[in-house]
Formats: sequence, C-alpha cells, structure tokens
Amino acid sequence: MTRRLLARVWAFFFRKRRDADLEAELAAHLDFAIEENLERGLSPKEARREALVRIGGLQQAREKHRETRGLMKIDIVMYDLRYTLRTLRRDLGFTIAAVLILALGIGANVAVFSVVNTLLLRPLPFTNAHELVWIAPPPTKCGLSCATYSTDAYDEFRTGSRSFQDVTGYFAFSSPDNLSLTQNGEILPATSIDVIANFFQVLGVQPAMGRLLRPEDGLNGASPVIVLSDAWWRRQFNADPNIVGKTVEINHTQVTVIGVLPASFDFGAVFAPGTKVDAITALNLYGPPRDWGNIITMIGRTKPGVTLPQAQQDAAAVAPRMCWNNKRPDTCGSYKDGVVPVPLKDYVSGRLRRSLIVLWSAVGMILLIACVNLSNLLLARSTARSKEFAMRAALGASRARIVGQLLTESLVLSIIGAVAGLGLAWMLLYWLAHQGSVALPLLSTLHIDGAALAWTVLIAVVAAVLFGLAPGLRVAMGNLHESLKDTGAGSGQGRKNELFRSVLVITEVALASVLLVSAGLLLRSFVRVLDVDLGFESTHAAAINAIYDDSVPGDKTGDLTEQKRAVIFQQIIARVESLPGVQAVGISDYLPLGQNRSWGTPLPKGVTPPKGNIAGPLVYVVSPGFMRAMGTRVRGRDISWDDGPHSQQVAIISQSYAHFLAGLAKWPNGDAVGQTLNNGTPGGLQVIGVADDVHEESTEGDTGWQIYYPATQNSPNGAQLVIRSTLPPATLANSVLMALRSLNPKQPASEFRPLQTFVDHANSPRRFFMLMVASFAGLGLLLAAIGIYGVISYTVTRQTQEIGIRMALGATMGRVQRQVLSGTLRLATIGIALGAAVSLAAARLISSLLFATSPWDGVTYIAVALALLAVAFVAGYLPARRASRIDPMVALRAN
Amino acid sequence: MSPSKLDLLQGTLDLMVLKTLSAMGPLHGYGIARRIEQVSGDEVLLNQGTIYASLVRLEQRGWIASNWGVSGNNRKAKFYAITVAGRRQLEEDALHWRRLTDVMDRVLDLNNEPGDLPEAEGDPA
Repeated sequence: MTRRLLARVWAFFFRKRRDADLEAELAAHLDFAIEENLERGLSPKEARREALVRIGGLQQAREKHRETRGLMKIDIVMYDLRYTLRTLRRDLGFTIAAVLILALGIGANVAVFSVVNTLLLRPLPFTNAHELVWIAPPPTKCGLSCATYSTDAYDEFRTGSRSFQDVTGYFAFSSPDNLSLTQNGEILPATSIDVIANFFQVLGVQPAMGRLLRPEDGLNGASPVIVLSDAWWRRQFNADPNIVGKTVEINHTQVTVIGVLPASFDFGAVFAPGTKVDAITALNLYGPPRDWGNIITMIGRTKPGVTLPQAQQDAAAVAPRMCWNNKRPDTCGSYKDGVVPVPLKDYVSGRLRRSLIVLWSAVGMILLIACVNLSNLLLARSTARSKEFAMRAALGASRARIVGQLLTESLVLSIIGAVAGLGLAWMLLYWLAHQGSVALPLLSTLHIDGAALAWTVLIAVVAAVLFGLAPGLRVAMGNLHESLKDTGAGSGQGRKNELFRSVLVITEVALASVLLVSAGLLLRSFVRVLDVDLGFESTHAAAINAIYDDSVPGDKTGDLTEQKRAVIFQQIIARVESLPGVQAVGISDYLPLGQNRSWGTPLPKGVTPPKGNIAGPLVYVVSPGFMRAMGTRVRGRDISWDDGPHSQQVAIISQSYAHFLAGLAKWPNGDAVGQTLNNGTPGGLQVIGVADDVHEESTEGDTGWQIYYPATQNSPNGAQLVIRSTLPPATLANSVLMALRSLNPKQPASEFRPLQTFVDHANSPRRFFMLMVASFAGLGLLLAAIGIYGVISYTVTRQTQEIGIRMALGATMGRVQRQVLSGTLRLATIGIALGAAVSLAAARLISSLLFATSPWDGVTYIAVALALLAVAFVAGYLPARRASRIDPMVALRAN
Repeated sequence: MSPSKLDLLQGTLDLMVLKTLSAMGPLHGYGIARRIEQVSGDEVLLNQGTIYASLVRLEQRGWIASNWGVSGNNRKAKFYAITVAGRRQLEEDALHWRRLTDVMDRVLDLNNEPGDLPEAEGDPA
C-alpha cells in the first residue's frame, strides 16, 4: 500500500519524465501497428488510421495513464490553485484589499500571541522553570525592605528548609549606574547587580563564554570578578571574543571578566522590567552586607516532586526560626508569616494576566471583524460571479468542485494575508522588543518562534474557513441554474442575501463598538492616572547620579566622613545652583518611583506600639533644598546644613505618617511639627516638617509613609542630584555634567533623566496596554467603516433599477438619499446596541484594569455610540449620494 | 468493429496481461495487446490504449517490471516481464476467477432444469 502511494507520489513529482516515457511507448505502439497493417496490404494512410482507431484515441490513453499512475486529487488542487491565482491577478483591486485586511487582522493576532506566549504561556527561560519560586511576604506598603531578608535570615532559611534544592537571591538595592567603567580614559556609567554566588546554578543559566559565578567568588578576600551581559559585551566591548580573562577598570579597581551571559538571559527583563542591567557581580554575604538589614530577595528551586503547598508549609515552618540579626535574639521570629514561596512566573508576570487576556480578546475581535469584512467582499464577488458558476455547472462541474474552488480561493487569500501579516507582526515585535523603557517583563526577548508560526497557520486556516464558508454555502445550497435567469434585483435569493449582509454589518459594528468601549475606558483611566497628584512636580526637573568620595581614612566615629560629605554636597549644590536657568537643587539617595527601603518606624516617646505589623515609612536621606527641587510642599521647616552630626537629630515626615502618629500620641492640635520621636538615641528624633504624601512605589496605588533624614546625620546610599529648571533638560545636561566633573574628575557621563521619565516608566505598562487596545479599536473602526461602505454601496448597485423606477415615479433626490442613509443608520444602531450590551456584560473582565473609572462609564458609552453613528453616516453617505444621482432613464434601460 | 464484440469486465484486463506475460515472457505493450486479441479470436473489444493504464498499475504494485529494449525488427520499445510477486498474484487471481466462473456457470445452468423451480404463485387478478 505504502509502496503504491510512494510510486504515485513519485509519478506526481516526476510527471515530465513519465510523460516522455509514455509518449515514446505510444509512438512505438503506433509504429508496430502501422507496420503490421502495411504487411496486411493496407495503404500507408489507411494503415495509420486503422492503428489510431485500434488504440482508441491517443489523448484518452494518456489521460487514463496519468489518472492511474499519479495523484488525481492533487492535480485538481494544483489546477484550482492556478485558476485562483489567475482570477486573483485579474481582480487586483479586490485581492489587494482582501490581503491588506487579512494582513492587519492576522499580523495583530500573531504579534499579540507572541506577547501572550512569552509573558504568560511559555515557561520562564530557565531550566525546569516550574521548580523556581519567589520567596517573599505578602505584598505590603513598605516597599522592597519588607520584601527582602537579612543575610542571617537567608542562611537560616537555606539550611533549615527541606523542600528546596537550593536557595539564592540578589542584592535588591543596587541603584542604576552604580558602576563607573574606565575605558580609554573615559569614565562611563553602567549598572550591575550583586547576586549570591549560587545564583546561576539555581536558575540553571549556562555561560555563553567563560564561566559564571562560583561560591568562592563571594567569599572574603576573593579577587573581584564580573560577568558581562550579552548586550553590554556587544555594545561596550565590541563583542570581543577574547574578553574572558581580561581585566577592566571598574570603580577604579581592576576587575577580571570571567564570562559572558547568553543572550537569552537578561536580568532586567525578568527581575527588573524596563531597566537595563549590564553586568553581574558576586555578593559577599560575609562582608559588610552582613549587618545591612533586609537586603536580599530570595529565589528557591524546589526539589523534584515537591508541590507548592508543601514548599509553602515548609517555609512557614522555618520562618519563626529566622532572625533579622542572630546577635539580637529579640529579632528572631520577626519573619513569621512573612516567608511565602510563589511560582517565580506568577511573580514576574502574574499581575499582567488580566491585561493580556483583554488584549488577546481585542485582537480576536479584530480578526473576527476582518473575517466579516472578507466574507462580505467574497459574497459580493460570488454573487457577481454566480453566472460564471452556473455556466461551469452546466458544463459538467460538480457542485463540490465549485465549492472546492471557492474554498481554495479563500485559502490562497488567507495564506497571502498570513505571510504579509507575519511580516507586520515581525516589525511590531521588533519595535516592542526594543522599547527598553516599557516596564513589562521579558519584552526584550520577544521574537517570532515556532509556536507563533504554528499559531499563524492555525488562524490563517480558521479565518479562511470562517470567511469562505458563507459564499461557499451559498453556492452549495443555492440553485445554480436559477442564477442564469436571475437578474438580481428583488428576487428571493437577492432578498436572502440582503438579510445575510445586514447581519454581517451589524456584527461588525457590534464588535467595533465593544473594542471602542474598552479602549475608551482604558483611555479615561490613563488620563485619570496622569491627573494623580504624585506629591511632587515631575515636570521641569531632572536627576543625575552624582559620584562622590566621602571616605576619610582612619575615621573611627564617622564624624569626619559626615563633615566631608556635607562639604562635598554643599559644593555640588552651590556649583549647580549657580548655573543659569536653575531654580532649585537638592540631593537624595533614592527617588520616588525608583528604588526604596525602610528602616523601621520611629514612634512618639512613651507610646506602646500598636499590635500587628506596621509597614514602616520609606526612608530618603536628603540634603537641604531637595524638597524644593522635587516640588514637594513642606509645612514646618526644611532640613538645613546646621543639622550636623552633633546637633539635634531631625526628620521630615509625610502627612499620612504624621496623621498616624498623631492618632497614637494624642498631640495637641494633632500637629506633628516640633514633636519628638523615639529613635533609640537619648535626644530622640525631632519632627521639623510635614511633607505631602508622595507616590513612591506606583502612580496608581495608595501612597505609603515617607521619612526624610538629613544626609549630614545619616549615611546616604549614593547621591541623586535633582535640578529644577525651566530649561529643557538637553541643554542643561552638559553644563551640569561639566560642573560635577570640575568637582570630581571621576564623575562618569551619567544619564541626565527628567523626573517625568520615572513617572512614564511607572505608567508604561498602562500606557502600553491602552495604546495597544486603542490602536486595535481604531483598526476595528476602520474595518467596520469599510464594511458598511461596501455593503451599502453594493446594495445601491443592486437596486439601481428599483431606485430608477421610484425616481421615475416622482421620488426626489433627498428622499432617496434619506432612505439609503436611514437604512445604514438603522443597521449601525442595532450593532451599537448589541455591542453596548456585550460591553456591559463583559465589564467584569475589564473593571480590574481601570483606574478611577467605572466599567459602566456613561460618557464613554455615549461617545462611542456617537462616534460609530458618525462613521456609519459617512460610510453610508457616499453610496446614498450616488443613489440619488441615478438617472432614471439610464437605470431603466440597463440590464 | 462489429457490435457483437465483448466489452471487457472491470479488472479482467489486468489478469489477462499478467497471464500473457507469464505465458509468453517479456513483451512490449503492442505485443501484449495483439496477443490478447489473437487469443480471444478477436472477440474482445480492446481499446489498445487502455493497456498502458493497466501496465502502469501492475508495475506500481510490483507485479511486473519494465525495461527499454530492442524488438525483433530493431525498434526501440519498452518490454514488460512478470515478477515473482506477479506470478503469485496471477495464481491467486486465476483461482479466484475460475471459482467465480464456476459459480456463474452453475447458476446459469439452473434455468435448464425446470423441475427444480418452485411453482409460481398465481396472480388472482
């Protein structure tokens, strides 16, 4: 059986050779016959005729031979294909329109599928990624400090837990541009993350070159080593193939490059979306970080076969034994209920599930609209071609053959559309993958993979069946011979078609209206988010990472260091403040919507701490003038340079924190300014001002509490110089950098970032989804408009005669126009009503994505309805105008 | 051609070709066609062209093999020969055919013995 099939396939592909063989055989056959006939005494002419008669027709013999030896079905398909390509070429306008519609529909679908697949469906790019868990307490207000663990706690968890193969983590408080690379005399900023030395073993990442970190790299006295990211290696080191083993000057020390990460591993893409991480360095767990408090995020790999609840149970059992600091027994047990493993995948992209589902539904609707449009186009075409079909049926084509022909046509259109759509999707994904600033995980790893290709094939076939079905069925069920007689207008078949077309238009309008409502709601939410009072002025201000060296050799008390730092900060601020156009300058170690940390909760003296966990205020160590530079209003006084190491310890606290403290302490007037809090020192901590609440973690969430300490009394973790100026940042950047360099030649060419970029970064996921859904809604609206126009103008063409008669009987131009337009608007209204009903029903799906906007927001619904009616009016007006210009005499004579 | 000639039954041509090749040794298409016509005493209506469809079918099933060669009168022609599998198939098919014709003969002979027929029931009308 297989042998026969193979022989047939073989014959199918080598038909030329087989045909030549057969020709030679038939020729020989004729020669034999003629020769024999001549011997029998026939004349040469008669001998040839007789031979041809006996063979029963050469052509028949050939056909029969081919039919037996080859694949008749494929022959038919090939024939249909050729015919289809020919007709499509002939009808180029139709073909281009159809392919364009399909390309848009399929392209959007493939692109969004790739995004959904990368973020949601596919496992993270690590070996056995399902075993990886993110270990953190349930979400709180106090930022990263409450989501991290001390080194003592990490050690206890790692040795005390039983359901994990190993546990790793990284230092959560690295600020951007924390490295200064000196290369060819230039100092360049770069970002690195300190990870626990077993980080790559736990994740299962293999180096592209050299080696990754080993446990000994994180020990005291280890020589400094660095692992480069693929992108940084290419950009900064020209993809040097011999980089491994070379030393580079980083932070003015010689550091050995031990390896390069594979392109598939991008730390930022997984753990810090929207930021670039250039290098990985080893975290020394047994050096200074030992006593820095909560600094480590924990990532574990469960043992094979351990379920999530088992791992969670295990973690909950270990938690009470973990201490914040082993030397302080009172801190043991502080992590109780705060050690919960969740799948790493959920941590990375779990929050986006809803948004992605909405996005996926949106493109699904686009594809449906595209199919409805195509169905319409094909139906109009098949009606115009019904006489051709009838003719072919009359000539002996079976109905199955004609339907097969139509389906071939849909399939060919769909395939061409899919190829074009794949190109569009590729461009879209390339663009998305290079949007470094969108804070969505794994975005940079987007590409078209096997799954996306398979998805393309699937939707192309499904689309072809969807839009090819209606015209196909019409031919299959209709009476073909009727159409030879049918002139179209007013016949039963025509009426049935009309109804079907109306249903298509209504569907299209309904789908477009659902899309527009979703887009409108998301847009309104986005505008509301932009309107949020962040507690600081993001416009007309920018920040730059300033490098300084405040170390004083042999300084035992730290006083000299703090004095030196005060001098450096004053110099920097004075120098930059003197630049033209600068209004205010200040320094803070962290900025809102960037990194954050907390240091515990200072409470009023003599007050018993309330029960339960309090999310402590986020800490900012700032210079005088910082609040003014940020545009954050303060009641009371600002920090001053006189708040030195030996004067009264002071702080500014945020409004809601002050409110909380006032509630505890029952202060007169409830005013916190001037009150003293307990911070473990004899003098206490005096509140000198109350500041506006600042959105420090997200623009949309609730604000937490903040506390601002003077940089002259506490040690800051770096210096972000904030400059308020009406000048555009681009003009200011260079002079600020020059000023910093004149004070410290080691200042790298750090990026000068407008504060608005922090806000944009925080808003980028919302902006991303809003823009995507809005563009799909726009596309849907356009397709719907094309669909309405197509159907109405087709109807007008079909009714030319009828309109002609009515005009001949006295109908005015206005009346005809009104009639066509009212028909259009009736369909649109039904569609809008249906769409609104579906939107209302689907409100629950989208409500969690909205911000300060009701999913039943009346304004949006009304605006969408009006917009759709306007579009329907325009789409219907053009054919209506044409209808009213019909010359009755011409119309009646036609046909 | 006279109208009294026999129309070939579906599938019988393949068997005829196999038997001819088995009996005569390698032959070309025209030779096979002529041989069948001669053996039938010019009783079958053979469209000589159809022989080639039969040949390609038999070859694809592996029952015959073909080779280009030179005929007795020095003409280039494709020669067909029966294979071992073909001989086995021929035996099987011949047996099957003989059993079928046997049955057909017996059934057709029934009419000649009226005593065996049941009485036809009279129609009251």
